[in-house]
Amino acid sequence: MIGSDFYLDDPRPADGAAVIVGAGPAGIRAAQTLLAHGVRPVVIDEAPKAGGQIYRRQPDGFARTPKDLYGFEAGRATALHQTFDSLRADIDYRPDTLVWNAQGHTLDLLHTASRTADTVRWRDVIVATGATDRVLPIPGWTLPGVYTLGGAQVALKYQGCAIGDAVVFAGTGPLLYLVAYQYAKAGGKVCAVLDTAPAAQRYKAAPAMLAQPAVTAKGVYYVSWLMLHNVPVHHGVQLLRAEGGAEDERVQALVWKDAQGAEQRTACSAVGLGYALRPETQLPDLLGCEFAFAPLHRCHVPQTDADRRSSIPGVYLAGDGAGIMGADAAEMSGELAALALLQDRGIQIDASRASLLRQQLLKTERFRQALEVAFPFPEDWAARASDDLVVCRCENITAGEMRSTAAANANGDINRIKALCRVGMGRCQGRMCGVAATEILADALQVPVENVGRIRGQAPIKPLPLDMTVAATAQEAAHG
Amino acid sequence: MVKHLATEVVVIGGGIMGASTALFLRQRGVNVVMLERDLCGSRSSGVNFGGVRRQGRSLAMLPLSQRSHALWGRLTELIGTEAEYERSGHFKIARSDADMESLVRYAEMTRDCGLGLQLLDGVELKKRFPVGGTQVVGGSFCPEDGQANPRLLAPAFAAAARRAGAQVLEHTPVQAVEHNGQRFVVRAPGLEIKANIVVNAAGAWAGQFAEQCGEPVPMRIRPPAMGVTEPLPHFLHWSLGVEGGSIYCRQVRRGNVVFGGGPGLVLDDTRARNRATTIWEQLPQLVALLPQLKNAQLIRTWSGNEGALPDHEPIIGASSRIAGLYHAFGFAGGGFQLGPGVGEVMAELIAQGRSSTPIDAFRIDRFLQPASAGEASSPTPERKIA
Ligand SMILES: Cc1cc2nc3c(=O)[nH]c(=O)nc-3n(C[C@H](O)[C@H](O)[C@H](O)COP(=O)(O)OP(=O)(O)OC[C@H]3O[C@@H](n4cnc5c(N)ncnc54)[C@H](O)[C@@H]3O)c2cc1C
Ligand SMILES: Cc1cc2nc3c(=O)[nH]c(=O)nc-3n(C[C@H](O)[C@H](O)[C@H](O)COP(=O)(O)OP(=O)(O)OC[C@H]3O[C@@H](n4cnc5c(N)ncnc54)[C@H](O)[C@@H]3O)c2cc1C
Repeated sequence: MIGSDFYLDDPRPADGAAVIVGAGPAGIRAAQTLLAHGVRPVVIDEAPKAGGQIYRRQPDGFARTPKDLYGFEAGRATALHQTFDSLRADIDYRPDTLVWNAQGHTLDLLHTASRTADTVRWRDVIVATGATDRVLPIPGWTLPGVYTLGGAQVALKYQGCAIGDAVVFAGTGPLLYLVAYQYAKAGGKVCAVLDTAPAAQRYKAAPAMLAQPAVTAKGVYYVSWLMLHNVPVHHGVQLLRAEGGAEDERVQALVWKDAQGAEQRTACSAVGLGYALRPETQLPDLLGCEFAFAPLHRCHVPQTDADRRSSIPGVYLAGDGAGIMGADAAEMSGELAALALLQDRGIQIDASRASLLRQQLLKTERFRQALEVAFPFPEDWAARASDDLVVCRCENITAGEMRSTAAANANGDINRIKALCRVGMGRCQGRMCGVAATEILADALQVPVENVGRIRGQAPIKPLPLDMTVAATAQEAAHG
Repeated sequence: MVKHLATEVVVIGGGIMGASTALFLRQRGVNVVMLERDLCGSRSSGVNFGGVRRQGRSLAMLPLSQRSHALWGRLTELIGTEAEYERSGHFKIARSDADMESLVRYAEMTRDCGLGLQLLDGVELKKRFPVGGTQVVGGSFCPEDGQANPRLLAPAFAAAARRAGAQVLEHTPVQAVEHNGQRFVVRAPGLEIKANIVVNAAGAWAGQFAEQCGEPVPMRIRPPAMGVTEPLPHFLHWSLGVEGGSIYCRQVRRGNVVFGGGPGLVLDDTRARNRATTIWEQLPQLVALLPQLKNAQLIRTWSGNEGALPDHEPIIGASSRIAGLYHAFGFAGGGFQLGPGVGEVMAELIAQGRSSTPIDAFRIDRFLQPASAGEASSPTPERKIA
């Protein structure tokens, strides 16, 4: 009955490239593996330099040492950067390039500096787009001076500047302690670390955490270091609000409840707020990959088999973008995805290497489960969110507006609520507020969060300039 | 376990057509069950451009469009919300003499239809419409045409139908429509409904029910490509089109500029998208038309599946084969504005046996093959209830 174009109308094009999107740990290891087997990949990354989030490199002209920038990870970071530098001449590397759309076997690109649109045709594609902060707002989170934890870290790592001269770090997850440590180590004043996870959770998770003693030891080290340097660390807190100066100028304090229920107020000039990370899944969505709810990540993630094949032939998913597993796992899954791709192309690979990677990834997953026990998602967050809490800052939509929309239109789909009240309809298209919005909706309807669905992705993945120009190569590809 | 229901009328599809039909039937006291595969207003009716425009429609369609226009004016009274409806005016711009001539011809042809079109030359247009950047020869302005928010409207019609007593079942895909000699049997998973009358308002998917009832029609799926910018300070007070049709746009209440023009991409039976090549063509046209947008950003694109017939007119009215079956589909390009009017016409047809608005041009038998024309030559079956 449908008499128009079809989605994947052509078979995997023989002239298409092996494309890797994302030059973080996952993408770099994937590129290295492909090249080692004689396949020259196209590597596309929105960032100006390879390295990804964790091993983000500084702009030219900045010169902090790897030890300063990456701490314990300096060795890994340097190794990864060197790997990439050694590949660079042999791959088709496109930095400053956003993949903004996927259609059939074409990825649509925007070179962000020149505002030029281009395309690349893929025969196989490894999506390694990483993660962004998992944002759960508190009253006052829109005040100047309130940052996400990842944002605070990027400022420090990338530009060597702090978000403020007296910072409170709040939320939960291992990154909370790491970033606090990095700030304090760099000479910043950390007023407090406020963890919503009760201390007892840590003990519960301890046995399983010891499966990765080195990683656990690092975590313990950060906490001990902070305590030794008189940074107050509190567990089991409830974050009440960020308070600003007159006329909501800049954040001046974070107000919270301690584990005993007493209200506390910590003066500060900046807040780094974070509840771990969420996978960046827009591209798999546009590529048509199947998603399923993953309790471990408390969100819908694109599905893969053990070797990182998605449900779409030729599409492989590696790194945090297919579920948050951390940087070391990202390197492994990048390599594994590349091996699967090579195998699917009929190229001989070392099967024992693939099987080793698979086993190691399973171990990481068990460790990840333990982390989730140690730093649980604050499941009561939505129930406690007051009606006037701004959930979506692009559109200024409050929890109360979402609740009344849900009540008046009793149905459980986040996309419908988005259509009716504009939550997630702004510049970020739900990439940032989606987690909080689905939590509020699920709580309003008193259903599990997996039942309210996920915000559908549509191009562009990020905002596009209206005055972009189209490269001749793209026009040829489109009309040829 | 199959649940059994019985009712007077089953409406298939909870888009603007189905929902307004259900509402107006209830206003006439007729019992209605409306079945929607997904959520009411989640397809064409909820994702369209939001243009509430009569200008540019065919002569055959204008009486219906005018009827609808009157109902739009009573929206709040009808459905309890105005869904951001504004009679903001609709400008159609001519970029060449030939296009201007075509606007003049249209204005003459429709002089007695009550559109109140105002023809403007280039100088006048620049005065009245100071925001455009394109070299324009002139334009045509329809002051009472306007715009509304489609995401809000169709769900609101469905909610109003429900409040008026219609049973609205969402997530209920109709699988088959049969006639047992006395009544229709409409089947959905776990559900069987007996009814005297069936209204086929299944949008781009209505063809399958017409075919099940022996009336196949040559309908094609069309996905118009849409996009929206980030919110901007208000500067565009009218809905805007270009003669020739390449681009159209409007600024919504929140400040975003919504635009359309060009073909999208059908993904599968239910989904559609904009396409990169179309976006590349849309953006420069939009910036040329409105230089204010030069530094703005595009934040989302989308499309939707709608059904189009070869003569660009919809199918509205009774089946030519089965008494008690009514169709309302094939509204590609313009069904949003027509929605309320179509609902009222359907309710009239069903409850009174005739429509006071001419709809002859939309008969389904205009597509019947000559071979079967003989069978269909009996007078259009009509059924009067109430
Ligand atoms: C802000 C932040 C800080 C972090 N800090 C730490 C830390 O200190 N320690 C730690 O152990 N873990 C940290 N993590 C987690 C860690 O980054 C990941 O585990 C690891 O980097 C995952 O590697 P990856 O290759 O999957 O993704 P990433 O390293 O995130 O790399 C993804 C790459 O894809 C690119 N990309 C994404 N979307 C597109 C697109 N549409 N088009 C083009 N390019 C695109 C990005 O520019 C990026 O370079 C952090 C995460 C974030 C988000
Ligand atoms: C992108 C776009 C832009 C447009 N712009 C405009 C505009 O600016 N102005 C204008 O006037 N018109 C516009 N239109 C046209 C207008 O939106 C449509 O003509 C109108 O919405 C059609 O309404 P409908 O109720 O027939 O169809 P729909 O809204 O598609 O409703 C049909 C319903 O039937 C349901 N259905 C299908 N199969 C079954 C089944 N088996 N069982 C149960 N339910 C079923 C569907 O889920 C759907 O909800 C546009 C259309 C699109 C797609």
